[in-house]
Order: sequence, then C-alpha cells, then structure tokens
Amino acid sequence: MERERDRIRNFCIIAHIDHGKSTLADRFLEYTGALSGREMTEQVLDQMDLERERGITIKMQAVRLKYKAADGREYQLNLIDTPGHVDFSYEVSRSLAACEGALLVVDAAQGIEAQTLANVYMALEHNLEIIPVINKIDLPGAEPERVKKEIEDVIGLDASGAVMASAKYGIGIENILEQIVAKIPPPGGREDARLRALVFDSHYDPYKGVIAYIRVVEGSVRSGMRIRMMASGKEFEVSEVGVFRPAPAAVDGLGTGEVGFIAAGMKNVKDCMVGDTVTDAERPAAAPLPGYRKATPVVYCGLYPVDPGEYESLKDALEKLKLNDASFTYEPETSEALGFGFRCGFLGLLHMEIVQERLEREYKLTLITTAPNVVYRVTTTAGEAVYVENPSKLPPAGKIESIEEPYVKATIMTPKEYVGAVMELCQERRGSFSNMEYMSVSRVMLNYEIPLSEIIYDFFDQLKSRTRGYASLDYEMAGYVQSDLVKLEILIAGEVLDALSVVVHRDKAYYRGRQLVEKLRELIPRHLFEIPIQAAVGNRVVARETVKAVRKDVLAKCYGGDVTRKRKLLEKQKEGKKRLKQVGNVEIPQEAFMAVLGVREK
Amino acid sequence: MTVGLYIHVPFCLKRCSYCDFVSYIYEPEAAEAYITDLSAEIRLYGPLLREDEKRVASIFFGGGTPTSLPAASLKTVMDEIGSVFCLLPDCETTVEANPGTVHPRYLDSLAEAGFNRLSLGVQSFDEGLLRVLGRRHGRRDVENAVRWAREAGFQNINLDLIYGIPGQAAEGWLETLERAVAIAPEHISAYGLQLEEGTPLARAVARGELVPCAEETELLMYLKAVDYLTSNGYMHYEISNFAKPGRQCAHNLGYWLNLPYLGLGAAAHSFFRNRRFRNESSLARYHEKLLRGEYPVEEELPVTLDAEMAETMFLGLRLIDGVSLSSFCRRFGRCPGEVYREEIAGLKKAGLIELKGDFLRLTGAALPVANRVFREFA
Repeated sequence: MERERDRIRNFCIIAHIDHGKSTLADRFLEYTGALSGREMTEQVLDQMDLERERGITIKMQAVRLKYKAADGREYQLNLIDTPGHVDFSYEVSRSLAACEGALLVVDAAQGIEAQTLANVYMALEHNLEIIPVINKIDLPGAEPERVKKEIEDVIGLDASGAVMASAKYGIGIENILEQIVAKIPPPGGREDARLRALVFDSHYDPYKGVIAYIRVVEGSVRSGMRIRMMASGKEFEVSEVGVFRPAPAAVDGLGTGEVGFIAAGMKNVKDCMVGDTVTDAERPAAAPLPGYRKATPVVYCGLYPVDPGEYESLKDALEKLKLNDASFTYEPETSEALGFGFRCGFLGLLHMEIVQERLEREYKLTLITTAPNVVYRVTTTAGEAVYVENPSKLPPAGKIESIEEPYVKATIMTPKEYVGAVMELCQERRGSFSNMEYMSVSRVMLNYEIPLSEIIYDFFDQLKSRTRGYASLDYEMAGYVQSDLVKLEILIAGEVLDALSVVVHRDKAYYRGRQLVEKLRELIPRHLFEIPIQAAVGNRVVARETVKAVRKDVLAKCYGGDVTRKRKLLEKQKEGKKRLKQVGNVEIPQEAFMAVLGVREK
Repeated sequence: MTVGLYIHVPFCLKRCSYCDFVSYIYEPEAAEAYITDLSAEIRLYGPLLREDEKRVASIFFGGGTPTSLPAASLKTVMDEIGSVFCLLPDCETTVEANPGTVHPRYLDSLAEAGFNRLSLGVQSFDEGLLRVLGRRHGRRDVENAVRWAREAGFQNINLDLIYGIPGQAAEGWLETLERAVAIAPEHISAYGLQLEEGTPLARAVARGELVPCAEETELLMYLKAVDYLTSNGYMHYEISNFAKPGRQCAHNLGYWLNLPYLGLGAAAHSFFRNRRFRNESSLARYHEKLLRGEYPVEEELPVTLDAEMAETMFLGLRLIDGVSLSSFCRRFGRCPGEVYREEIAGLKKAGLIELKGDFLRLTGAALPVANRVFREFA
C-alpha cells in the first residue's frame, strides 16, 4: 500500500535563514501526527545544538509523514531537509535532485533573499514543481501582496495560488499539504530496472557505521543486499534499511521513488560520498546517476591547539569529524610560532566556523586559527603551475611568474537605499560590476565578480553592517584570474611570524600591514628590551611599530601583610607566561594571535 | 626561635589620598574600646604559645596612625605585650608616627612606654606634593618632630619618603632627599608611589585631573635616590630601604627573611607555625570574636613547602645582599640551585641575577624591574 508510487511525494523546503523553515517542518510533523505537540518543544529537524543556535541547518535528514488528504487517500510525504548556506550548495543540489517538488517559503515582511533565489533557480534546473508559501503573515510588517509580486517579477513563477501561512500559529498548514499532494508529481523511475539510488547525505553513527540517506531512483534496495558505491567502487552488505518518522524505524526495503536510509557497515563517510550512486553489486547499473562531483575545499586555515599537549586530541577529533564530514580536509603542518597543528580545507567560511566550533565544543579543545585563505595558483618562472594552500608556503617572489586567485560571481540583494553602500563595498573589495536589476520598486539585485579572498575577509559582516542587515549574498565559483598579489609578512624583533603571513593585493599591503602591526603593538606585552614590529613585502618594510621596553616594574613595598597577595599575583603572572609563545626572544600571548587573526576593519 | 610582633592601629585623623590600608577616622571612644580588644587578643596568646615562641626580637606599631592615639593607650598595649611575651634585651620597638601628630611631651611618653625607634611618615618636603597626597603636616613639622624625638632620647629614626608623585619633578625629589639627609635620620625608606585602585588619588588620575609620573622619570628618581643616599653614608640594603651601618630595620628584615611574625589588631596579618592568617578587618567583627573569647581570625591559609620556598626566594631577593643559599638549604633541606634550576639559569643568562659568595642576588640592572625576577619563583 505504502509502495503505491502515485501516493508518494518527495519534496524539500527552500527558505532563507529565519524565514521559518524549521517551524514549518515542525508543524507538518505535528499536523500529520508524527509527533505530539509536547514533543515539539524542540525543532526536530535541526539536530545539533550549533544549528539551533545559528538558526541554520547543516545536516539534512529525510522525514516520512503519513498524510490523509482531502481526497480520502493516505499519502507518503517525504520531507527532505536542505542546508541553507552558500557553502553547502553542492549538498543542496543533491537533496533537490532527490525531490520532485519544493516549497518556496518567503518571509512576508522581508521578501526574497539572495540565497533563496539561488536555490530556487537550482530547483528549477532540476525541474522541480515549486509551491510558493508566504510565511509569517501574522507579522505586523507583513506585505504578502508585495512579496507575491516579487516572486512573480523576479523568479517568474505564478504566485496567484501562493499559500498564506503562519507556521508559528499553524495557519495554512493543511492548505500546503493539500497543494503538495495536488501539484507535486509522484516519482517516476522503473521498478524493474537495476538499482540506482542517490546518496544525498550521510552521517557517521558510532554503532552502525555510516548511515546513508538515499533516494531510490530506479529498482529497489533491501536488507541483506550486496551494494556497490559507484564512485568509490566499494561494496558492502546492507544491514539495515529504514525511514525516519521522525524516529528511525526499520523497513523491509525501499522501492522506486522512496526515500530513507541504509546502514551497511561502512566505516567512513568517504566510502559513501554525497552524490554517489548506490547500485546492486550483483546486477550493477550501467551508469551512475548524473551530477556526482567531489567536494573540493576552497578555503583553508591552520588549526593549532593552544596547549601543545592537545595536539594528539586535536588529531583524534579531526579524524572523528572527518568520519562525519567528507568535505573537509586536513593535513599536519608546523608553524614556528604556533607549533604543531593542521592545515584544514573547507567548503567556505561558515563550514570552517562550524568545524572549529564543533572541535571546541564537542571535543573540548581550545584552538588558534590562522586567517583563512583561498587556494592560489602560482606559475613559477620555471613554467610550473603550483597550488598554494598556505600563504607562508608561497614561493619566493623571484621565482613567481604570476599568481592567480579564485573569483566568485556574487549576487547581492538589497533595499535600493543601500545600493550605493553595497557598490562601494564591492569596489573596495576589487569587485567588477556586471549587472544591476530592480526586483521591485524597492529592491535591487546586484551582480559582481569579486575575488574569493575578499569575500572570506570580513565581507559578509561588512555587507550586513552597511545595509543594517537587509542585504543578502550568494555566490558561486567563477574560476581563476591573474592578480597583482604579494605576500605580506610580519616580523617581530626581526623574526618572521609565519602564522601571520597573508597574501594580499599589492594596493592593500600597506593598509593591512599597518592594521596588523598596530594591533600587535597593543597586544605584545612590554619586555625588558624594545621590540620592533614590522610588516614587510619582500625586503620592503611597509609598516612599523615598536613595543617600548619596561623600565620600572617593582613593588615598592613588601611587608608582612603583602606576602600572600604578592605571591598570588606572581603566580598568576607566571601562569600567564605559560601560555606565551616564544618567538626568538619575544614572548607573545596566545590572545595576540587570536586577536590579530580575528582582525576586523574599523 | 624568636618572633616579630606587628600591632595594627587602624585609626587616622584623616585618610591620605593614596592609602589603601585598613584604617578608620579616629574617635576617642572607638579607640579606647579597640585598646581593650587588642589587650584581650594579646592575652589570648599567653596559654597558646610555647616559651620559645614568646621570645620577641622586634615590635612594630603600624597603621593607620598609631600616634593618633593617646600615648597612654600605646603604653597599655606595650605593658600587655610585656606581660605575655618575653622581650629580648635588644628588642627593636618601632612606632609609626605622623609628623603632625607628635609634640615633645608625647614623644617623652612614647620613649617611657618602651619605644626605641620612631618611623616618621614624611613622604615629601614639598608642600604642594604633600597636599596632593592628602597629608596634613608641613615641612617644619618634620624638622620639629625629629628634634623633639632626639630630645626624648630616640636614637633610631626612620623617614618614609615617596617619589613618583603626580606633578613631581626629578629636581624636586633630589631636594627632598637633601633635606632628609640634612636631618640625619638613621634610616630612610624611599618608596615609588603605587596608585592603588579605589583610592582618591587613583581616581583623580583616572579622571585625568592628575598626570601620573612617567615611567622614565620614576626610574630616574629611583636611581637618584640610590646614588645620593649611598654617597651620603646610607647603605642600600633593600629595594626601597637605606640605613646607616647597623641600623637596618630588624622588624622588616624578619619579613624579608620570611621569619615568623604575629600580627595583632584588626586586619593584621600573621605568619606563624606554617600558616598565614589575617585578622578581621571590621572593628565590629574583631570586637565580637574577642568578646566571645575567640581568635579574631578572618582568613587562614596553610603555607605549603613550595609556597614557603617561593616566598623565601622573592622576599629574600628584595635584599641587596640577596638570598643566602646555605640558609635556604638548611631551612628546606633542598637548595635553590636544585629547586629553581631552570629559572635561575634563565635569569642569569638574562643578566638579572648573579651569584656572590653564598648569596644569590639581583643585579643592579634588575633592581628597577625586580617583579620580572620575582615571578619566576612564584
């Protein structure tokens, strides 16, 4: 009965952060009786604390709902959750590929945001049926008619049937469910074909190994079946097939068009990459499903334990995280200033922050992170092309023929009064203007090509602060472009601090150098000798500051009443000294590195 | 063994702008009640102490302003001490005095009560700076006080001086030193002003009403004091202290050698039988506990061996002679070279400490930045 395919609907929700995706998902669970109201105290689709705090979804899940529609028949609705951030656009594309339809949820007060637009376009590319939902109509600032028009003007979708909803108050939920049943087509695919199932997510479970979230496109999968992952070529025996309701529940198998999970004793998420195709090892399909690609990191940074004794723990933690997240990479690296650590690659800045926070929170590590950088393509004078993931590893200037850096195509949506501010920001960040379009009388879409390095350096924060939080950003990689880039080095008392080396555009070297040395002057404690701090490009010093020597530091009086207090004070100072990193003769507090690495524009 | 006694007198006629010690404005009734409590506290120690623990090598009445009290009150306390403790024949007995609070008869009474050393809080001979510090006395008061003290028989007089006062110039400091030396005290303490949090002076500096002394100037003043006093017959024997030969302050030497002492009175600190403890600083609580016959202790901490060794090092290094390695080894059964091997090696390499005979001491260069050395031993 459940397998009757015309009663299956696979869909996802496209929404900007905070536009109400999680609340809406909760209402579906509640409405269809999958969970009681009391169990709904927490939004179930967002599993991790971190996600809840940031209001974004990192890991996707698929929930199966039983819905008795107005036509009297019971439908199987599979809600596939999607991550909501540009860093994870490949994952988004895979979960869209697992659906036939999508709810486009737009905040009635805020309208369409850049991220939403990018995801809608992606959904249209996958031929998904789009159901517009205008959410938060209860808000005092709600302008559903304006938003409707925006959907029509900007995306070109017919929004006349858009559902007016308030997920918060449960308004419009039934209407949405009915539209899902009525408008989204049931899945196609041949039941008797050889198995092809799309992996749209996976996660590592310490007891069962890797859990793969799959959409069966053709054929079917059963417990006990021997399967092959077509990209990795690895074979496993399926130990469990199940669905989430939302609690995991075992089923005999998944038929064509169905969504669920399989466990097959896979030890590492690498064995089961997102986008890979699961097939029958005995009767393998001729070709995998289209669209698989390996996720490549675009942002790198060094991660170092504050306490060198935590190096092994960091290594273990990275190994464990990697089990769960195939898209980040790490390899050991050594810094003279920071000691032993790892150079890690991420899909983007947010991905980087998430991994850092998980390491600190779940593994109780305290980390120093170097400034994130992009991957540079350097052509040497010998005509060789090398990719550089660490600024301090840039070949000497004399051996560099040219340097190329990755650019992105950025889409920014903003209320029109901030267009000037946004254009100014893009200009400052070496962006080149490509297009501007009015989405409505009050909102504008700007397109720029901008170096990725500028995006990862504080761009998003700046965009938000210059537009009072109203602008939204989306971008996609646009290839390498040659730039006039130089390596900016920081020298403390004549010693290069490798951890602070950055690659910058020549025109910005002075400014960045100035910023860094000024910050360091404030943070490096005074020593018994004078400490010059320099920023240099090659042999040319572009900025210099000096930490003056301590001339007098002595407690004038120390008598009976002062001893305990004095000793505690000295102990504290000594304890503080342990956290100092020795660079040459100079002791630099960890805080200095952290503050400098987190340096923000004023 | 011997013990040092510190008696805290927490009363002043007026608070000085830089002071953060526990002290209250003098009132006759409160002071009288306090003397009764203090006597009771002294008597509590009678049955507790072994005979050898009652051998007193030095007594120091500090404050506050001990001389804000009638001389008879101070005598009462001295008599009480004499009835419980055994004062050694050459016991140094100091009383701190504010130059503005003493007169000839008063000083005679102090001498009769058994005090043989007078420590005058002079601070400066510059009337303008004295006002900045919130001091009541003037230049003439100091000269008079010393003359009267000599007449009363005090052969051991200390002058406390302060440098690094907001608005003070190096030349002015030299003049204060000259005037101090001209009076010919046996001992001079020269303290760099510490801006203690919460004091009126620190607040005035924070508000920008006063400009703190530049570090360079303060260093210059310190070096000037060392230079001027040592060339005028005073031995530099501790970071901030200078004495004519044989006139080092025995009581304070006890602190720097990390020897035991008992602090009596409100807010007084003690180091005794391997514990450090501090009396109640509120007069009311101090009184209540004594009324119940309890020791008026507010906080008590055992001193671990490590802590005692560390204290012995950083207190001892305050002395210009430094720490006697053989005394340290005898006392702890372990030697500094073994306990602080790395620290000593690093400091030697940096030119901050040196070995002279049996003594490990600060180098001349390390004196103004001694905290950088001390913290290595914490």
